[in-house]
Amino acid sequence: MSVNDKIVDAFARHKVEFITTVPCKQLGGVIEKCEEHPEIYHIPSNKEDEGMGLCAGAFMGGKRSAIIMQNTAIGVTINTLVTLTQYYRMPLPMLISYRGELGEPVACQAEMAVHTKALLAQLNIPTYHFHEENDVEEFDKILEYTFMCNKPVAILTDASFWKGY
Amino acid sequence: MIRSDILKELAPTIKDTLTVMNIGLPSQEMHMIDDQPTNFYMLGTMGLASSIGLGLALAQKEKVLVVDGDGSVLTNMGTLPTIANNVADNYVLLIIDNGSYGSTGDQPTYAGKLTKLEKVAEACGCENVVTCAAEDTVQAVKDALAGDKMTIIVAKCESGNIKVPVITMDPVVIRHRFMETIKERNA
Repeated sequence: MSVNDKIVDAFARHKVEFITTVPCKQLGGVIEKCEEHPEIYHIPSNKEDEGMGLCAGAFMGGKRSAIIMQNTAIGVTINTLVTLTQYYRMPLPMLISYRGELGEPVACQAEMAVHTKALLAQLNIPTYHFHEENDVEEFDKILEYTFMCNKPVAILTDASFWKGY
Repeated sequence: MIRSDILKELAPTIKDTLTVMNIGLPSQEMHMIDDQPTNFYMLGTMGLASSIGLGLALAQKEKVLVVDGDGSVLTNMGTLPTIANNVADNYVLLIIDNGSYGSTGDQPTYAGKLTKLEKVAEACGCENVVTCAAEDTVQAVKDALAGDKMTIIVAKCESGNIKVPVITMDPVVIRHRFMETIKERNA
């Protein structure tokens, strides 16, 4: 089973039925699987803070939600994470492509990569880093943890995990 | 008429409707005029009322009204294509367009100048866009809530504010109360 299938199946198993995405090359496969999955409503957003608003609404409407985005989005969403997701105590799994790590061909991506973990730490966001393919086996437990503690939780997925793109 | 006049007139019509109130004065005014467990007050995060409301409308069956402003829609302009392309017929977006950023001291917005949000909404693909004068807002909202079609209402009014207290209710209490109401309604 591909990593993409494992991730999307885990979302479905944990009743995550509402997923918003802002694309990244590394995430192309997983986004496609979200779109295809019959139990998932996939709603692309134009900006990640907008997506977090959609997720907040869906959560209050009784549907578990998640966002799939690039690490550059941490820069876009700090205010939303703090004043909406965290302030109202809402769970939000954030599957994040960790651009700018080993194997990165685009120099500019390294600029945000060096801030990614520091920003997440500053925000007290539980953060997991998938580097080896087998790291995906923890995804189930991370989802369980997210909905247990009602927090945004970051899963950083780097180029080595995705085997390049 | 200014926004608070519209909200005063609107309150009896929407008291049983799931309502997402925009950040700042709109939330504070509605909280003062007629606090209801069906109201969700945004205490922060400018721009996202329409997105929160859309997520809510897509996730459950009850009708959802979002009371937004021109400044907030300009802040989150990407919301209109998302709304247009994810049709929820239980969703009504009321944009109270006073041409100013009311909560921060009535600085003018571009919507009060050359930009027409009703045209933007149409260009984004929203099929049912209603423009009305402030005095006709209550009727426009009544019609939209009575219908089964996603509707965007742009209500034009004058800028200006009244004195209102801030909301001291805890965000988790606001959220919990709102979610319990939604659960009951969908049971």
